[in-house]
Amino acid sequence: MSTPAPDVIDILADIQPGSHLDEVRALRPEARDNAQKSYRALFEPENPDGVTTAERHAVATFVAGLHRQPTVTAFYAAGLRKHAQPAQVEAIEGEISRGAVHGPYGKFPSGPLSREDKEGLIFKVSDEHRAVLGPRLSAAFEHAHLLVFRPRDASPQALQKLLDAGWSTDDIVTLSQLVSFLAFQIRVIAGLRALAKNSERRVARESSLTAALASGGNL
Amino acid sequence: MTTITHVDNAEPTAFTQDDLGWLPWLEPFPAEQLTERHWAGLVDASRSKSDYFMLLARDPDILQFRTKTDKDIFYNTKSGLPRAERELAAAATSRFNGCIFCASVHARFATQFSKRRDDVQRLLDEGVGAKIDTRWDAVIAASVALTETPVAFGDEQIDALREAGLDDREIVDVINGSAFFNWANRLMLSLGEPAPPEKG
Repeated sequence: MSTPAPDVIDILADIQPGSHLDEVRALRPEARDNAQKSYRALFEPENPDGVTTAERHAVATFVAGLHRQPTVTAFYAAGLRKHAQPAQVEAIEGEISRGAVHGPYGKFPSGPLSREDKEGLIFKVSDEHRAVLGPRLSAAFEHAHLLVFRPRDASPQALQKLLDAGWSTDDIVTLSQLVSFLAFQIRVIAGLRALAKNSERRVARESSLTAALASGGNL
Repeated sequence: MTTITHVDNAEPTAFTQDDLGWLPWLEPFPAEQLTERHWAGLVDASRSKSDYFMLLARDPDILQFRTKTDKDIFYNTKSGLPRAERELAAAATSRFNGCIFCASVHARFATQFSKRRDDVQRLLDEGVGAKIDTRWDAVIAASVALTETPVAFGDEQIDALREAGLDDREIVDVINGSAFFNWANRLMLSLGEPAPPEKG
């Protein structure tokens, strides 16, 4: 049983049908199929319920941007433009450049691991962009930044901020799944791209070696 | 609406292979309201006993597809990387992100499948810089580089995996295993907290 729509990971990792990595991915058919179904459940839900399609794409664009994955960011930004005003898209781009740091960092529960605590940015949406994005989406961005870069700093207080900004318990589960799914999807794409590039280089090296041997070159 | 706090919980402060508990910060979905769609989301009926899965059941579709992705990445052993090393990738990712709960579960699995309890414990005690052996070090380093944001996984890690004897199918299992725990860690860490093992 195949998924009717094109597979998003294959598109964004540039995996062509019949290619070597296409065959490797086919060894985990359920993982491939359900990663795609996860994408559709989050971005093309039968019933978007509490979290709007615009909010889903806005958060996804922000999260992909924080990961500095241009292809993935462009993909979710294209979805966002169908649902959002240009001023909002611009505000999100501005927040990506303000929030793009290096992770993971954060604090461990106080004790022997405290020596591994790592300081870093506690991200807040700028006042200027908060006015464009609104309090609900701004709260989602601040939480998404925590999940992307310093998940070990999570706390009931962080969830309370979402509740206070109008996110229901169900909405928070959806938002958490969406950001966490993207952390997975982006890494599968980046990993497969790196592997494809590495394999190409290896094949090129081996064929130039073969050519050198064939031409009687001295190695 | 408010969150749930657990003031009496003595949260574990070190990485361990013990069988930890987990306490939710938001109300799990009420058991008496489960519909067919929720049961499909839970995949295994036994998961209705878990606060973690019952909280995630508030969005049943993504829970279902997430669970099925997880199972194929870790349990499909028809080809590819041995189970022990998939669990090692999960444990290393969890150690690096700082998920004490996830690391406990997958360190236990890594021990169960590899029979190398002490080596697994070194990863937990010393962290992802622990030097164990060429093959395990390569799997840990690859998982860590993939877990960094932005992703730092590339030729250095792939060449080390190849030199340790992994083929492309096995490397994709490392990528999938570590990537999946970047999903799992964020849910476990942000929706609740670990608790000490239940006594008795």
